[in-house]
Amino acid sequence: MSQSYLPEGLPAPIPEGDGLSTPYWEGLKAEKLMVQKCNGCGTHQFGPEWICHKCHSFDISWVEAEGKGTIYSWERAWHPVHPALRAREEPYIVVLVELAGAGNVRMIGNLMGDPHQDVVIGSKVEVVFEHHSDNDPAYTLAHWKVV
Amino acid sequence: MTNGIRGKVAIAGIGETTYYKHGQAPDSEFKLALMAILAAAEDAGIDAREIDGFCSYSNDRNEPSRLSAALGIKDLKYSVMQWGGGGGGGAAAVGTAAAAIAAGYADCVVVFRSLAQGQFQRFGAAAPAKTVQGDNAYLFPYGLFSPAQRFAMKTMRFMHDHKIERPALRALSMASYHHAQANPRAVMHGRPLTEEKYDNSRWIVEPFRLFDCCLENDGAAALILVSAERAKDMQHKPTYLLGAAQGSEYRNAAPAHNAPTYASSSFTSVAPRLYENAGIKPGDVDVVQSYENFTGGVLMSLVEHDLVKAEEANEFLKLENLVADGGKLPLNTSGGNLAECYMHGLELQIEAVRQIRGTSTAQVPKVDVSLVCAGPMVTPVSSCVFGSEATL
Repeated sequence: MSQSYLPEGLPAPIPEGDGLSTPYWEGLKAEKLMVQKCNGCGTHQFGPEWICHKCHSFDISWVEAEGKGTIYSWERAWHPVHPALRAREEPYIVVLVELAGAGNVRMIGNLMGDPHQDVVIGSKVEVVFEHHSDNDPAYTLAHWKVV
Repeated sequence: MTNGIRGKVAIAGIGETTYYKHGQAPDSEFKLALMAILAAAEDAGIDAREIDGFCSYSNDRNEPSRLSAALGIKDLKYSVMQWGGGGGGGAAAVGTAAAAIAAGYADCVVVFRSLAQGQFQRFGAAAPAKTVQGDNAYLFPYGLFSPAQRFAMKTMRFMHDHKIERPALRALSMASYHHAQANPRAVMHGRPLTEEKYDNSRWIVEPFRLFDCCLENDGAAALILVSAERAKDMQHKPTYLLGAAQGSEYRNAAPAHNAPTYASSSFTSVAPRLYENAGIKPGDVDVVQSYENFTGGVLMSLVEHDLVKAEEANEFLKLENLVADGGKLPLNTSGGNLAECYMHGLELQIEAVRQIRGTSTAQVPKVDVSLVCAGPMVTPVSSCVFGSEATL
C-alpha cells in the first residue's frame, strides 16, 4: 500500500514458531491492541511471555487495551540503516508510548505527521493502524498520532 | 563485603594488533586474534603455549579449540563465553577469567576479542531479511534497527528526566578525540574534534550526532591473566584485579522496550555491587574508561557509577574536567571506541592497565585505581576495577 509511513520493503513482523505473540499480531489486523493479562494476579504484560513475571502463573489471557497513551520517549532517525529507508528523503520519528489503561506497558510505533515536528514527552497520543494487506505475509502496524 | 578474588589475579600481558578502519584489515579475523594473543604473551614474557584458558564475549567467532590447535596449546583447561550483551561483556570476561584462576581451574587465561567486520556483517547495518520475529518484530517494522536507534530513546528519556543538555554529550565525545591526538595507535590520531565540527555534524538519530557514535573497526586485542603471586616475578609491574561485576537490574530485558528502569545504562544494580566487592568507593577512582557505543551511554554509566551526579552533569561534563592532564575525572584516555578503535571495548581494558603501569600516551599522574565500564544500555553489562600494589 502506498500510504504507509515508512517505505515498503522493511521486514514484515511474524509470530515466533511457538506462537507466543500470535494474538498480538492477529489483533492488529482486526484493529485491536492486544496485551497479556494474568488471570492469577491481574498484572498486564507486554511484550508477551509464557509466564506472568509477577506471580509465575501460566494462566494468562489476552485483553484489548484502549488505544490511548502518552509519549514516554522518542527519537528522530536520520541515517537510513536499511536500504528500503533510502527511498524516504525525510527523517522519521519513533515513539515509545505508555498505556496507562493497561498497567503502563509500553509499545513502539512511528509518530504520524510532520517528521520535523517538536515532540514532547508526556503528550497524549492515540493509535493509528496501518495495514499492509498486500504484503506477503500480510501484517498490520500500530502507529500513534498526537491528540 | 569484598569478593574472594580481590587482588588474587593480575594482568600480566596486554597485546593489540594495528587498528584499522572497518573492512581494511589486511588479515583474516582469526589471524588478527592470533596476532593479539601472541603480542600479549610477548608482553607478559611467556610462551603462548603456556596459555591454558580462553575467555571472550559477544559470540566472538574465533573459538578456543581452533586457537589452541593453531597455537599448539599444551593443555586447554578453560574456555568460556560471556552470554549476551555484546560489548557489555568485556569486563565480565575479565572477571570470569580471574575467577577461573582464583578457583584453580586454569593458570594462564587470555581474554581476547577479534573483529574484522568487513569479512562479516556490520553492526550498524540492517541484515537483509523479508520477515522478522521475536523482540525485533516490535522494532524493525518501525525503522528501529541499529544500536544507535535502539538506545537513542533511553538517552532521550534520561536527558529529559534530569534536564541534561546536549553540550554534556559533546564534552564526552571531545574527551575521547582529545586523548586520541596523543595516541599514535588511534584511528582518529591527527583528526582532532572541535565544538564547531561536532555541532555541525549530521544527525544519526536524535539525540546522537555522528560524533556521538562509536567507530566500527577491524583489529584484535588480548589480555593475559595469571595469579598475583606469579605476576610478581614477571616483566611488568602487576595490575591487580580488585573486582568485577556483571548483570542488569530487574527485568532489564522485558521485551519491546518495557524495562521498568528504562532510562538507564543498565548499571544501577551492577555498579554498587562492583564497588562493594572491589572494596573501593567512587571517590577512590583515579581514571575511568567508559565504553562509548554512544555518548549517552557514557553519561548514564558515569552517573550510575556515582562518578558524576545527574543534577550536576551539565556543569561537570566539560572537556577540562575529563582530560588526563589535570582533569577531575580523566576519561577514555586512549581515545576509546570513538577515536582510538572500536575493539568492542577491550581496548579500554588495555588502556586501564596502561594507566596502572604508567605507560599511557595520556598518562594520569599517580594512578592506583583504574575503572572500566563495559558496553552500557545492553544486558548484561559489566564493569571492573584494576588496582596498583598500593591498593592491596
